[in-house]
Amino acid sequence: MASAERIMAAFTARRSERALGVLAVAALAASAVLSLVVSPPDAEQGNLIRLMYVHVPAAWVAYLAFAVVFVASVAYLVTRKTRWDRLAAASAESGVLFTAMTIVLGSIWAKPVWGTWWTWDPRLTTTAVLLLIYLGYLAVRHLPDSPGRRARWAAVVGIVGFVDVPIVHLSVRWWRGLHQAPARLIGVPDVSPAMGAALGVGFLAFTVVYLYFLVLRLRVGRLEDRVMAEALSPRIGQPVETLLEEAARG
Amino acid sequence: MTLIGQALAVASKDIRVEVRGRHGMAAVLPFSATLLIAFGLSLGPGRALLLQAAPGLLWLAVLFAAVLAFRQAYHAEGEDGALEGLVLAPIDKAAVFLGKASAVAALLLVLEAVVVTLVAAMFGMHLGHAPAALAATFLLGTIGLAAVGSLFGVLVESARTRDVFPLLLLPLATPVLMAGAKATELVVGGRTSEVGSWLGLLGAFDVAVVGVGMLVFGHVVED
Repeated sequence: MASAERIMAAFTARRSERALGVLAVAALAASAVLSLVVSPPDAEQGNLIRLMYVHVPAAWVAYLAFAVVFVASVAYLVTRKTRWDRLAAASAESGVLFTAMTIVLGSIWAKPVWGTWWTWDPRLTTTAVLLLIYLGYLAVRHLPDSPGRRARWAAVVGIVGFVDVPIVHLSVRWWRGLHQAPARLIGVPDVSPAMGAALGVGFLAFTVVYLYFLVLRLRVGRLEDRVMAEALSPRIGQPVETLLEEAARG
Repeated sequence: MTLIGQALAVASKDIRVEVRGRHGMAAVLPFSATLLIAFGLSLGPGRALLLQAAPGLLWLAVLFAAVLAFRQAYHAEGEDGALEGLVLAPIDKAAVFLGKASAVAALLLVLEAVVVTLVAAMFGMHLGHAPAALAATFLLGTIGLAAVGSLFGVLVESARTRDVFPLLLLPLATPVLMAGAKATELVVGGRTSEVGSWLGLLGAFDVAVVGVGMLVFGHVVED
């Protein structure tokens, strides 16, 4: 746990923050060029295939973000260090953003290819339930008046929500039809090397953007906590963590 | 006292409160009946459609009524600092969780018996094919539902957090809704042999939420 905290500290240093920002812009630019210009149109779907280079990476980052919420929530309940709670909060916000993006981009893709904005496909339905669960998580984060209680409740939702997701997915898959494989409405596109590169760089770019959002949000979270702690305590100048942990305890 | 003994003590306290006051059932039972009539009215009098929709509507009514039941079960704890007393009692927090969940589960089973009877009568659903499989479906579904609800029930204690409770409960309980509705559909349709995997899914959900709940409930009620 201590080494994980050191890695987090290294990532959130101002220099790393700027470096991540530059890297994110560069990766997004490379991803845009590869997916819009370099990669060829698909034999069946034509230019619509280019939606894959944003839709699939967004979905990957959404799941990654919620996995981070789960790990950070467990770490918070075990260590009771405020930084883990801030990490969970930051990651959940990014996760909700990327989940919503996944659904919107997927709908835009589905309309011309499948002929509908929405089908009750297992992956679609699971993603929608996932979005609702983490909207609930963010709602819980806005509620309790005490920072300690807010962190604990949110951590519990972060853990239960993540444990729930595989069961939700399994139930939707069976619910669609117990004895048939999930319906494949489109075939797997023939992947040319340029397409593979576009998708790979897309994954990389979205992951770096997620990390950048995370680091920015962590800094905002630290500032929020500092403002709160200084407002609550007359003893200005004490380390924020001490003040907050006192506040959480009392 | 063992964990089970402690849990039973908490559960029997809750059930005693409900039996003496009947605050929960007095509101929840009429509410679920109202829901079923509203479902029927919204779908029209066609028997075939009603029969097809019945298992899903049944579980939807249970889920909505459960939201109300949890509110009632935890509302009483908010009065006169009862929850503080419970949390400060020298017993395992996991036992408090199991006790509250069992009491609500017992309440929900009574509610479900009424709802099932109403659906059978009003929507023409035939129950006689495999009573044991039907009972198992409701028992397993109720355990999971009661566990999720009891874990987050503390939220309803304060007015500010009350409205978030359904937003958390309904998405987290989607496996209960889907597996419950499908299993019920199979049983009332006479296809009992296919129901096993759905019961397994409900069981897996129960194990997951009861297990996680026992581990983390102490953190929910800490202050």
